[in-house]
Amino acid sequence: MTVLLLLIPVALGLGFLGLCAFLWSVRSGQYDDLDGAAARILFDDDDAASADSKDHKNIQP
Amino acid sequence: MTANVIPGCCAPGALVDPSAPDLGAARNWDDSAIAADPAAYVRRGEDDVARLHMMVEGIHCPACAHTIESALKSEAGVLDARVNMTTRRLVMSWREGRADPVALMRKLGGLGYRLVPYDPARLAAGDAREDNELLRAMAVAGFAAANIMLLSVAVWAGAFEGMGPATRGLFYWISALIALPAVAYAGRPFFRSALGALTAGRLDMDVPISLAVLLAVAMSLVETARGGEHAYFDAAVALLFFLLVGRYLDRRARARARSAAEHLLGLMALAATVIDEDGRRRSVPTDQVTGGMVLAVAAGERLAADGEIIAGRSDLDCSLVTGEATPEAAQPGQKVFAGTLNLTGPLQVRVTAAGEGTLLAEIVRLMEAAEQGRARYVRLADRLARIYAPAVHALAALTFVGWWLVGGLDWQAALLIAVAVLIITCPCALGLAVPAVQVVAGGRLLRRGVLLKSPDGLERLAAVERVVFDKTGTLTLGCPRLVEEGYSRGDLRLAASLAVVSRHPLARALCRLAPDVPAADGVREFPGQGLMVGEMRLGSARWCGVEDAPAPDGPELWLTRPGHAPVRFCFVDQARDDAGAVIAGLRRRGLTVELMSGDRAPTVVRLAGELEIERWRAECSPLDKAAHLTALQDAGVRVLMVGDGLNDAPALAAASASASPATAADISQTAADVVFQGARLAPLLEALDVARKADRLVKQNFTLALAYNALAVPLAMAGLVTPLFAALAMSASSLVVIANSLRLRGGRLRGGA
Repeated sequence: MTVLLLLIPVALGLGFLGLCAFLWSVRSGQYDDLDGAAARILFDDDDAASADSKDHKNIQP
Repeated sequence: MTANVIPGCCAPGALVDPSAPDLGAARNWDDSAIAADPAAYVRRGEDDVARLHMMVEGIHCPACAHTIESALKSEAGVLDARVNMTTRRLVMSWREGRADPVALMRKLGGLGYRLVPYDPARLAAGDAREDNELLRAMAVAGFAAANIMLLSVAVWAGAFEGMGPATRGLFYWISALIALPAVAYAGRPFFRSALGALTAGRLDMDVPISLAVLLAVAMSLVETARGGEHAYFDAAVALLFFLLVGRYLDRRARARARSAAEHLLGLMALAATVIDEDGRRRSVPTDQVTGGMVLAVAAGERLAADGEIIAGRSDLDCSLVTGEATPEAAQPGQKVFAGTLNLTGPLQVRVTAAGEGTLLAEIVRLMEAAEQGRARYVRLADRLARIYAPAVHALAALTFVGWWLVGGLDWQAALLIAVAVLIITCPCALGLAVPAVQVVAGGRLLRRGVLLKSPDGLERLAAVERVVFDKTGTLTLGCPRLVEEGYSRGDLRLAASLAVVSRHPLARALCRLAPDVPAADGVREFPGQGLMVGEMRLGSARWCGVEDAPAPDGPELWLTRPGHAPVRFCFVDQARDDAGAVIAGLRRRGLTVELMSGDRAPTVVRLAGELEIERWRAECSPLDKAAHLTALQDAGVRVLMVGDGLNDAPALAAASASASPATAADISQTAADVVFQGARLAPLLEALDVARKADRLVKQNFTLALAYNALAVPLAMAGLVTPLFAALAMSASSLVVIANSLRLRGGRLRGGA
């Protein structure tokens, strides 16, 4: 049963990593626009390139 | 899809019916893409980056969002532009001095989107933070629930395999280590609200929830310390998780409703152009307009305040104020009201009343008075909670007392069983029953072009017995149509060659029947009177000098030219295409239909006859309308009011449920529970059907949840419930409720809907 002492912390640690990733995604605003984000992948961004596109910054409404 | 998608023909999912007549033209929105001077709203950050937040009107689908973003990003100097589809808001940033926000807004106006700058700090930003807090609490509870459940499964399995008490104790301690911080963090929304309810001296759903979770954790901790057999860490945390899911769904439905309302309110806060005494023009927010100021009102703009015209001639569209469909000619000396739309020529208006003193403010006061009746409505879930919470506590207390005094157990064992009762009765499924249905119903309606604005609107909509319609703009399109008689094709083409230069709605209606006629050379428009080229005139009977004109029975235009008899063009306000069908559909659903209008009796009678509506009222003032609705409500008739005008707003607020088309006055949309888009009325039927179905589902959900309780509570009171049973039964009841709610997602609701 000593294997438990290793496996349980490993399992909890992995779960904790997932939790941290989720909390990070909430904090960075990825849940602010669920309707738009779903469709955003369908559009090609190439035609939107402009002279300033290199310093586009990620902003959130 | 390319960046050239224009509204109206955008991708699948577009809410606007492409066959719809050109409503935008009638309301002149396309001409006023810039509602307010954005300069006051631009925020400057470091390194010359300027940023502007705007609400966008006219977004129908993600393609629209993409169109806007790529149109902006292709401009030099623009750093970023991002549209939030959920809130229909846009934020763009650019290098100061390298891009002009007004030009950018004008460009989007050309694409058909109307933009209104706003100050993000003024909209409730705290709500978004609370939203995120719930989401984080949900994540923590989910993580804890999953991991504790894993350990619990091991314990349950171990019970059959001969797991030693030491290993079990270890597992319980690890569970406690996860559960305690998780409950402390994720339980806060419930604890806060329960504490608030208790200090206010009442019980709500959160009191039994908090009690059950806290007691379960505390008891499990004591059991673990004693080396006992049963611990409820898994049940307590799973309960918290399911309840947080319900809470989050509920919150999202409300947030969506609220953001719709904020959007509408924001659109009202436009700017007005003031002419100072030295002749300079400047833009001020409408709430800073005061009496005595002189406003410049361009063609296509809405008046910001009541006043008197001091210069200029034009035609005014008063349909949102009075319900009258025909535009009114305006000249110096005439009194005008806030909310009317200036159609043809620029005007200068001296403000006589602003803010609180306007007709608009009067309407708002009427509305607030009318709304008090509606505020008394208590949501079904809250009514249930009032009975449920005391009942649960009484049962648990009874169990404790029964086992301790009558059953002869020691008080610890009796307390264990009482806590089990509290855990098992916890309103997990009850907490999900309403929000789950509401989110599914709201999503379904949104896809059909119906925006649900108040969270309890569905419940009230489902109980409606009578539907009262406004006429202009609601049953009709609010946009005149030429009657095809009394003129020749040549007359029409001639008239159209003049009319094509005008923005007057009658002129537009005329041109719609002769779309390919080029404008005649040198046409001059005399706002408020008519059009002229050479000796030929198009306009009112007086403008054209027709002396023996018959009394008009509706809007009309005359065409005169030397050597020919004058020609008359008559117009009618056309009923919406499916108005008849929808009214028949309402009757099939057992509802009484009534027509109530501010327009003159003959017009109302004609429409009532055409649509076979037996009950009608004409020439109603806003006060009459609200009074009629209040009288009906007092008589116990639950009414759905459908209206679009400013004059309907008090009636909308007085009705037990209300709906407005998306073309309605802002304030009516604010008062309405449901806003439907497009030129058809059919979404109204859809909304009613969904509301009734949702009502049935909510009641089924409650029945399911109560049936589960009826099964589980006796077992718990008998002391037969183990942690395994509690965890399984609770999760199962929640999942059944969610699955039942999802049935609303697809499929037809009933025949002919």
